[in-house]
Amino acid sequence: MYIKSVIAGAIASLGVAAAALAADVKVGFVYVGPVGDYGWTYEHDQGRLAVEEHFGDRVETVYQELVPEGADSERVMTQMALQGADLIFTTSFGYMEPTINVAKKFPDVKFEHATGYMRADNVSTYSARFYEGRAIQGHIAGKMTKTNKVGYIGSFPIPEVVRGINSAFIHARKVNPDVEFNIVWIYTWFDPAKEADAATALIEQGCDVVLQHTDSTAPQAAAEKAGGVITFGQASDMAMFKPMPRVSSIIDDWAPYYIARTQAVLDGTWTSTDTWDGIGPGMVGIGEITSAVPADVKAEALAMKDAIASGDYHPFTGPINKQDGSVWLAAGETADDGTLLGMNFYVEGIKGDVPQ
Amino acid sequence: MDFSSINPALLIASLMVSATPILLAAIGEAVVEKSGVLNLGVEGMMIVGAVVGFIVAVNTDTPLLGFVCAAIISGIFSIIFGILTQYLKSNQVATGLGLTLVGLGLSALLGRPYEGMKSPTLKALEIPFFSDIPVLGKMLFSHDLMIYFSIFLVTLVWWFLKYTHAGMVLRAVGENHDAAHALGYKVVLVRMLAIMFGGATSGLGGAYISLARVPQWTEGMTAGAGWIALAIVVFASWRPWRVLFGAYIFGGVTVLQLNLQAAGASIPVEYLSMSPYLITIVVLVIISSRGNQGAPASLGRPFHASS
Repeated sequence: MYIKSVIAGAIASLGVAAAALAADVKVGFVYVGPVGDYGWTYEHDQGRLAVEEHFGDRVETVYQELVPEGADSERVMTQMALQGADLIFTTSFGYMEPTINVAKKFPDVKFEHATGYMRADNVSTYSARFYEGRAIQGHIAGKMTKTNKVGYIGSFPIPEVVRGINSAFIHARKVNPDVEFNIVWIYTWFDPAKEADAATALIEQGCDVVLQHTDSTAPQAAAEKAGGVITFGQASDMAMFKPMPRVSSIIDDWAPYYIARTQAVLDGTWTSTDTWDGIGPGMVGIGEITSAVPADVKAEALAMKDAIASGDYHPFTGPINKQDGSVWLAAGETADDGTLLGMNFYVEGIKGDVPQ
Repeated sequence: MDFSSINPALLIASLMVSATPILLAAIGEAVVEKSGVLNLGVEGMMIVGAVVGFIVAVNTDTPLLGFVCAAIISGIFSIIFGILTQYLKSNQVATGLGLTLVGLGLSALLGRPYEGMKSPTLKALEIPFFSDIPVLGKMLFSHDLMIYFSIFLVTLVWWFLKYTHAGMVLRAVGENHDAAHALGYKVVLVRMLAIMFGGATSGLGGAYISLARVPQWTEGMTAGAGWIALAIVVFASWRPWRVLFGAYIFGGVTVLQLNLQAAGASIPVEYLSMSPYLITIVVLVIISSRGNQGAPASLGRPFHASS
């Protein structure tokens, strides 16, 4: 692993050094995967391209892909800041502390960290309410599973991922009291071979629905190979796996946010903020529900989407108990953002423990 | 906890799929290192093989041709390393790392139009009679050609190194290149051939990921498999059968821990996740703790005929 980080660092310095010439504002992006993962990083890069398109010559963007989380990312960010970036988006949870550390050293540079919770005067956070999309996936999964076993590939046991599992599970159980979730943690965001292995293991265990919270399309390919299994596009549409196995998707749309934040830097109105938008404002999109899903299930899913978008329905609405049976939300009560952001427990009915 | 849902036959079948890319890369690297060359570019050669194999398979609709081209192109790619280290005497460690960087970049470039495409996959061989044996048939006799080829390759390498004159020359070059040179053996030529062989098998390993294990092309998809292969060669003390054993243990524990998680084992996930690395190292270290470690004496040392 050490050698790998050395290499990544070397790539990093090469890539950043390639940036050149003056624009009004220079925006840097730090990516955890490759821009061609067709998942998480791909969508962030689409956001970056939208910024370039929108501002033309006034804004220059630079990016660095495959940056390992942790200390190594600090060097990449430092390098970007030294190269004159005015605004830096760091797009993975594991960049949280490195972002704060580097931001301290460059008080004039603005930082934006995705999916984290640590802020400073020059560090904003932003994330999307993926759990809203997970509710819809859970509904479809619960309706469509025949084996009553739903597989879930988790990356790291952080609140964002646990929240997605809970949201999907609650809505799957609501329509199918017999459904069970089998959860596998693979401790990586991006490793196609491992993601495929995890999907295969789940399918061999009898799961006929596989949800993923990792960045590549490998689980989709594994499900397609196995046949008779449905999946959902994660972070990006993953449309090439339509109509089966991919029956719908959660699409992250970062472009409007990136454009707005870049505009704020141009105007000098940038302040440290905390943004957490969902289906309503359009930061979370639901990809086409394919013909593999029965029409009535599709209609229910779309109705739920509308209800969430309009604010009529919150995916975490009581009564919901925690895994140990204690009451978390009373009937009609909805979860507050603070609890959701720090969620480190499973809801009642999920087997296994959240790795601590 | 209910482990009855883990089907041993399926588990062993998945284990072989999971281990084969690493095995292919490692067996080639074992030969390279036996000849006294340390090529850290395995990851780069694998990913080049992965992308070339994928491109050829998609365009010709023939996965086997994809594998052949992956081996050839990765073999040619490794010649860059060979020329730099053997003729221009560059530092092997740095050049190998450079090869990895070039491979990652080059494959990303070549593969861009192929992202998101589907490849034809290798069909499992139906071996008459054997495939129909209950359990065993599913476990061992319903794989694709490359899995059998990888085992055949291990046998071949073992036989070559142990029983052939050419194999002895290769080992002599790796142990003491000056003595081998004094005896009239062409040190540089032997090493170049070994490097190309290592490149070709790494390419096959990479292509196995993009054509069979995943199967699709994604940038950076080898995700460190080359480094695991390098580690397995060392822990297997450069012996072909131990390389096979190490790769299967690693692949096996990887698949087993995922299955244990999926089956809801009450072992903390953190331990399960680290287990492939830990168990592989411990087992191979225990096996290798007796007797000769087998590190080629000239490993990584530059050779110049005048010295």
